[in-house]
Amino acid sequence: MSRLRNDYENSRFHRFEKWVDGEAAPTELKLETKEPVWRRPPEELSGPKLNEEKINAAVYDERHNKELKYFRVVNRLASVVLCLMLIGVLLWTVVYLPEFGNPDNPINNEVSARYIEKGVEETGATNFVTGMILDYRAFDTFGESCVLFIAATCVQVLMRLDNSDDREKMKKKQAEENDRIYEPKNDLILQKVSCVLVPLLFIFGIYIILNGHLSPGGGFSGGAIIGSGLILYLNAFGFKKTERFFTEKTFRRITLAALTFYCLAKSYSFFTGANHLESGIPLGTPGAILSSGLILPLNICVGLVVACTMYAFYTLFRKGGM
Amino acid sequence: MEFIRNFPFFSIILAMFCGIVSSVLKGQWAKRLCLAMVTAELFLSAAVLMYTLHTGESFTYMMGHFPAPWGNEIRAGVLEALTATGFSAIMLLSLLGGISHVFTDVEGTKTNLFFILVDLLMSSLLALIYTNDLFTAYVFVEINTIAACGLIMIKQDGHGIVAAIRYMVMSLLGSGMFLISLTLLYDITGHLLMEPAGEATAMIQAAGAYDVPLLVVIGLMSVGLAIKSGLYPFHSWIPETYGYATPASSAILSSLVSKGYIFLLIKVFYRVIGYGTVISSGVLNILFVFGLFGMLMGSIRAIRETDTRRMVAYSSVAQIGYIYMGIGLGTQAGMVAAIFHIFTHAATKSMLFISAVGLYEVSGGKTDYISLRGSGYRNRTAGIAFAAGALSMVGFPMLSGFISKLLFATAAVQSPHKMVFTILGLAVSTILNAIYFLRLVISIYSPSEREYGPDQSHQASKMLKVSSFLFIVVNLVLGLFSKPIVDSINAGLGMFL
Repeated sequence: MSRLRNDYENSRFHRFEKWVDGEAAPTELKLETKEPVWRRPPEELSGPKLNEEKINAAVYDERHNKELKYFRVVNRLASVVLCLMLIGVLLWTVVYLPEFGNPDNPINNEVSARYIEKGVEETGATNFVTGMILDYRAFDTFGESCVLFIAATCVQVLMRLDNSDDREKMKKKQAEENDRIYEPKNDLILQKVSCVLVPLLFIFGIYIILNGHLSPGGGFSGGAIIGSGLILYLNAFGFKKTERFFTEKTFRRITLAALTFYCLAKSYSFFTGANHLESGIPLGTPGAILSSGLILPLNICVGLVVACTMYAFYTLFRKGGM
Repeated sequence: MEFIRNFPFFSIILAMFCGIVSSVLKGQWAKRLCLAMVTAELFLSAAVLMYTLHTGESFTYMMGHFPAPWGNEIRAGVLEALTATGFSAIMLLSLLGGISHVFTDVEGTKTNLFFILVDLLMSSLLALIYTNDLFTAYVFVEINTIAACGLIMIKQDGHGIVAAIRYMVMSLLGSGMFLISLTLLYDITGHLLMEPAGEATAMIQAAGAYDVPLLVVIGLMSVGLAIKSGLYPFHSWIPETYGYATPASSAILSSLVSKGYIFLLIKVFYRVIGYGTVISSGVLNILFVFGLFGMLMGSIRAIRETDTRRMVAYSSVAQIGYIYMGIGLGTQAGMVAAIFHIFTHAATKSMLFISAVGLYEVSGGKTDYISLRGSGYRNRTAGIAFAAGALSMVGFPMLSGFISKLLFATAAVQSPHKMVFTILGLAVSTILNAIYFLRLVISIYSPSEREYGPDQSHQASKMLKVSSFLFIVVNLVLGLFSKPIVDSINAGLGMFL
């Protein structure tokens, strides 16, 4: 005996019948009209109705959201298994790799030989690593500086609070300002220590950048040291004092100038190199401070970009601006 | 050396320079600079294409004063130039179509940041296409990833941020795998430039040493780049990412960013690891299976979607599946079909995203099926463009989708073991495609009694019309004049060897 159903309107046959009669198109079946319980329309989520608990309850409602239940169990298990398998595969590979430090290894070939033997003569830099990253493979390093630049851009997209007509946004900005109402804390120990440390950090950073082609170091490491000096100074004396010499305008001008110089200088060098022209940039005596052609100015550019980016990250996360 | 050989280098550096300069420009000027830059890229790449077709051989370009195994190098052949031309054209059309929404979706003071991201994304795509150096490829993969994240979240609503986080996690996983595989490859070959690394790989392959690391390199590289381009089991970031970003970003991400990685993978397969080695490693069979699953599962998920933007996004999963299936066939013909489908999908998917926006504009900004009823009458150009895109995806003759399906089917016949699966997959997937795309096309052309208020569409919708029209033209060109394109893909693949 067949079961009686009391929701004939929803039955498949009824829908088919309606379609045959021309009353409804197959595209208008329940499939399209039903709103999943857990995906609320976006307008409910914004504005004053934003209630974290309510949203969480709706999002993590496993009863209505089968996908979530599936996700929680299967995907977690699968991710652990996959990670273990990947670890296993990589460990298995290591066994078959060339032995570390063996002189017959494939990496000890003509490439590294020329970097070491002719590096000083061809780039003018006594530090091979700097010669390699800023002369032999300068294009990659330009790419890396652009990575920093684009990372700073993305953080600005996310964190920068600008003046706008939107009241919500201005409120947020106001709240961020109020957050620092008692700053600087004028901590005596911090201020005295940073009075000593900050100049030292700056000098050390500048030394590392300027000596990048002579001794270990270079733009990336020196820039990071200068950036940390700036952050220490900011923490000790507050935004009012740093804003006297470092605002967003300064940041933009410095990055623009440094990257533009890098771009133009290296384009000139790439262009002359590829077309077999003399670049006319003197290499100087290896070991002297003014030597190794473009490497010194490029190191300065990289250092400026790194220092500014570090400081910008800190201030953007701190107050949404510079 | 002819001056035209400088053009690939000029096009990369021009895009980077525009990105740097845009940081101090106002939004409108950054927009103009960006559009001018992409147009210039189009002409530069087209010139390189004409030149390489004319000379019939590829050329390398030394980046600096040091030759191949020591300094960086880029390389341009027919295939590189063709891809660069196609990508710049699609980038230009996507920007034109979505530009009015950029200025409404993005906070007023941050519009120039959007164009910085687009400029640098363009430079990284070109660098991925032209590079002849594995590490340069990795650096630009990084730029590509960060720029894509920025483009997703620049709308700054909850969905955008969640989508960006998902994208970032998955994409960084892919980058990490790619980096590990590069490290391993460097350890066993000692080279980063593609040509010497390829020679070294051939040597260790002949000597029979390092078989296991080489297999792991191929596997990690394929999986890493497959995650980044959204192959089926790694597709979970796609619907959110493409569904909620600003339209120009969706179009650029779906049609160009994922294809850049696939192009890089093909280049590495041919020029570094050696196509024979890749085939004998069996990794291609796995890509083939995943591709087939992607074709079916992507379509099934698309059928179940109620939101049309997410539906179009899920359809990308299916199309990426097609491309990997073509690569997985392991024949020259399959590769040609896959590369042709890269162009087809790039041209069609961006057209769908852009023209769908025209339909949303006249439907009160809603994106579900019911609200879109009759929108094809309210915005005729967008309706026609959307219908053309849908037909092309289904494989209607005269449009580009038909040619790629034909190429896939012809390629399948040449590989006996995979023929049945490929043809069956194509048939089923075509029917599934037809179900969801034609349902939407019927829906937008069914009259609706609902009243929509006075047309509040964007002032710049003229641009949308122009770009929709141009997209249709691109699709027809790909569909009707496919012979020279397929010939140049063949020639370009020949230059890879």
